[in-house]
Amino acid sequence: MALSRHDVEHVSLLARLRLSEDELETMTAQLADIVKYIEQLDQLDTTDVEPMAHAVEFSNVLVDDVPQDSLPREAALMNAPKRDDECYRVPAVLGD
Amino acid sequence: MALTELTATELLAELRQGSATAVDVTSAYLDRIQRFDARLGAFLRVNRDDALAQAESVDRRRSAGQSIGPLGGLPVAIKDVLCTKDEPTTCGSRMLQDFRPPYDATVVARLKQADAVLIGKTNLDEFAMGSTTENSALGTTRNPWDTDCVPGGSSGGAACCVAADLAPLSIGTDTGGSIRQPAAFCGVLGLKPTYGRVSRYGLVAFASSLDQIGPLARNAADAALLLEVIAGHDERDSTSANVPISNYATTVREPLAGLRLGVVQDHLVEGVDQDVATAVRAAIDVYRSLGATLVDVSLPHARYGIATYYIIAPCEASSNLARYDGVHYGYRTDEQAMQAELQAERKAQATDDDAVLDQLDSPLVRMYRQTRAEGFGLEAKRRIMLGTFALSQGYYDAYYLKALKVRRLIRSDYDQAFANVDLIIGPVTPTPAYKIGDKVNDPLAMYLGDLFTVSANLAGIAALSVPCGFTANGLPAGLHLQAPPLHEDKLLRAAHMFQQATDWHKQRPELDESE
Repeated sequence: MALSRHDVEHVSLLARLRLSEDELETMTAQLADIVKYIEQLDQLDTTDVEPMAHAVEFSNVLVDDVPQDSLPREAALMNAPKRDDECYRVPAVLGD
Repeated sequence: MALTELTATELLAELRQGSATAVDVTSAYLDRIQRFDARLGAFLRVNRDDALAQAESVDRRRSAGQSIGPLGGLPVAIKDVLCTKDEPTTCGSRMLQDFRPPYDATVVARLKQADAVLIGKTNLDEFAMGSTTENSALGTTRNPWDTDCVPGGSSGGAACCVAADLAPLSIGTDTGGSIRQPAAFCGVLGLKPTYGRVSRYGLVAFASSLDQIGPLARNAADAALLLEVIAGHDERDSTSANVPISNYATTVREPLAGLRLGVVQDHLVEGVDQDVATAVRAAIDVYRSLGATLVDVSLPHARYGIATYYIIAPCEASSNLARYDGVHYGYRTDEQAMQAELQAERKAQATDDDAVLDQLDSPLVRMYRQTRAEGFGLEAKRRIMLGTFALSQGYYDAYYLKALKVRRLIRSDYDQAFANVDLIIGPVTPTPAYKIGDKVNDPLAMYLGDLFTVSANLAGIAALSVPCGFTANGLPAGLHLQAPPLHEDKLLRAAHMFQQATDWHKQRPELDESE
C-alpha cells in the first residue's frame, strides 16, 4: 500500500511522537520505501503455516507462589522526572 | 609482553600463579583506555575507581587464601544496555542519559559473583537499534582498523574495545546481528547464544523475542570462559531455558571429529564483496584440511529474513519503547515551555468551538509526544513508527501475522538443514566495514547489511562470528558459523579448531595515541 503523509501523521499520534515538518516528510518517504520492501512477503503462500511468536516455545512457565519483597517505593520513584513523596506527577489530565 | 596483549585465558593463568595482580591487569587496561579511547570512543563511561577497588578486593582475598570466582580479576566491559545498579545505564539515548537502575541485570550480577572487574560501559546504537553505532546520542565510536570507518553495531563499542585491546572480554547483545556484525567489522569473535540460553533480566528490551546477550572476545577459549559464567536458567526470565549448560571453557579445546559443515552456495555469490567471499572460501578450505565434510544446504526462505525481521523487530520495539513516557524514569520535556506552546496553539485557533480545540493534544498527551520527540533519535523514531503502523488497526494480519508465519518457514529451513549437517558456514556480512556517514540517510540500505545474520535471531538458534581474513584495504572479514539450538559448545569448538590453524585473530590494528 502507498503510505501518505496523512497516514504518517496519524501513526505519530498513536505512537505518542511529535514529528517536525521535516521529520514528517523524510519519514513518509523512508517508511514508504521500507513498507514496499517488506511487502515482498506477499509472494509467499503461508496458508497452513502456524505463526511462530517465539523461538523457544515454552508454555506455562510457573514459579512457586511464594511472596517476595517488591521494589521499595523510594527505589521505584528514584528516577522519576517529577514526583512527590509517594507518587509520580503528571500534567493535569482534566481541565484546570 | 604487555599484559594487554595476553588473551583472557592467559591473563587468568598469570593471575592464578600470582605473576600479575588484578590491580596490575586493571591498571594496564585503564592506561590503554586513557591513551586510545578519546579517538576510538568505545566507552561511554569508565569506572576507574570502582574497577581498581574491585581489583584490590580480588587481590586481597586471593592473598588471604580465600576462594575466587572463575573470572577473578579479569576486566569485562558491558554494553550500556544492561542495567547496573545505581550506575548510569543510558542505552546510548538522551532518554536515559541520567537513568540509574535500582537493580543489576542477571548477567551483571553473575559477572560480579564471578569476580570480574567491571571496567566500564560501552557505546551502542540507541536502544541497540542500528548497524553502525552512529545512532548513539552520546558519542561516535570508530573502527580500530580504519578510524574513518564504522565499527558496526549495535554492539560497536563492545567490539571496538576488544579489537583495540581496551578490554580482554566484553558483553554485547544481538537482536538481528548486533554482536556478530561488529565482531566481523572489528576482527574479533562474537557469539549470539541460543534464544533463552542467557537470562535477559535487566537487559533493556528492544525486541523481546529476538534479543540475546552474548560474549565478545579475541578467541573462542576466551568467549567460552565468559559464556560459562553468564549462561544458565534464571527464574526472573520466564523465557530462559531450564536446561543444563556445558563446561564451555573445558570442552572448547576438544576438536570435533567428523564435522559436517553446510554451505549455502547462494550466500557466497549474491551481492557479497569479493574480498569477503574469498576470505570465507579460504576458511572453508581450512576446515576441509582439518577433516570436515562440506555439504551443500539450502535455506530457501533466508532471502525473506530482512523483510520478516523489519516487521517483527519494530513491532516489538514500538511496544517496548512505549514505557519511555516521561513519567516513571528518564527524560521529560520542559513542562513550562510545553504548556506555553500549547496555550499559544489554542489561542491561534481563534475559536471557542470545543470540537476544534479537542483536536489539539491534551497537556498530558503533548507531554508524552514532546518528551519522546526530544528524547529519541531518528532511528528509534523510525522503528517506533514502523512498528506502530504495522500493528495499527487493519494491518495486523497483513504485516505482523504474515511475518510470524514466514518466521516459522525460516525456522523449518534450519531444522531441515541441521538434519544433515552439524553447522552452517558462510559470511557474516555481505561487505566489510564502510565509512562513517555512508548509510546514515538510507536506512533500508543499512538494513540490507543484516541479510546473513537476522535469520538466526528469527529462528532462535546459536551463531558465531570468527575473524577469517582481511580485505585489500586491510579491513577484517568474519566467518559465520550457525548451530542448532543449545549447541554453543559445538560453535566454540569449531571456532577454536579454526583459530588453532589460523592466526587472523592474532592480528592487531595500529592505533594512534589520542590527541
